Amino acid sequence: MSDCNETLQELYLYLDGQLTDDDRAHIQQHLDDCSPCLEAYDFEAELRIVIKSRCVDQVPEALRARIAQALEREQ
Amino acid sequence: MADQATFAEQAMPLMSSLYSGALRMTRNPADADDLVQETYLRAFRGFGGFQEGTNLKAWMYRILTNTYINSYRAKQRRPDETDLDEVEDLYLYRRLGGLEAARSGRSAEDELMDTFSEAEVKAAVEALPENFRMAVMLADVEGFAYKEIAEILDIPIGTVMSRLHRGRKALQKALYEYAVTHGLADRPPDDRSPSEPVSSATGTDR
Repeated sequence: MSDCNETLQELYLYLDGQLTDDDRAHIQQHLDDCSPCLEAYDFEAELRIVIKSRCVDQVPEALRARIAQALEREQ
Repeated sequence: MADQATFAEQAMPLMSSLYSGALRMTRNPADADDLVQETYLRAFRGFGGFQEGTNLKAWMYRILTNTYINSYRAKQRRPDETDLDEVEDLYLYRRLGGLEAARSGRSAEDELMDTFSEAEVKAAVEALPENFRMAVMLADVEGFAYKEIAEILDIPIGTVMSRLHRGRKALQKALYEYAVTHGLADRPPDDRSPSEPVSSATGTDR
């Protein structure tokens, strides 16, 4: 059980790639063995993908052109 | 030392990331346009100070952030000092996790994609108090490491972690409120799912 608590507490560090190799391996091992923690991990990982993919904006062509021109004037 | 002649070649492909960041910061397309243009001009002029081999996107994000703080934030209103309510860990998972996906046999990602539209996710991110919004955006949307975020925002790594921790939970709460308001999720009678207790926070809270 303490492994579950530890895993859930470090879930974001794990998702963020901020753990040492040893800690990472430890969490990985626990996720392989514990389906409730794996389910929580999957949810958080997938939510991250959804948030990232929803926050993409198309640069207006006019802005792209405006910046290219402004940079040319600088040169 | 970086050569100005190569600036456009290296920096233009980063524009869509910087533009999205500018929109989340300013929450206003006209200001976002100006902010991105000013960022590119400042970056071009200062490109000699960019160290080749380091992360150009992080370097430009730092300019974007500084330009925003110095020129645009003041124009909009006072810096947002709002604090956040305490929200439990895994807030959304405890309310939405597993239920729908198990019933329909679809992946949690598909369910979440259907539940939260682009407009809703953007609105939820933009509703976060500024300090938290910047940290969440830089980590979860742009994928910067804690150390890079610390450098971009000029704050200690511990502060990055604390803002991320609390900002993410607030974002989950906002997304859940959207889902409930729009009838996409049921509000449990006592607004709590019966999952096992998990001790709160990672020690980086606050």
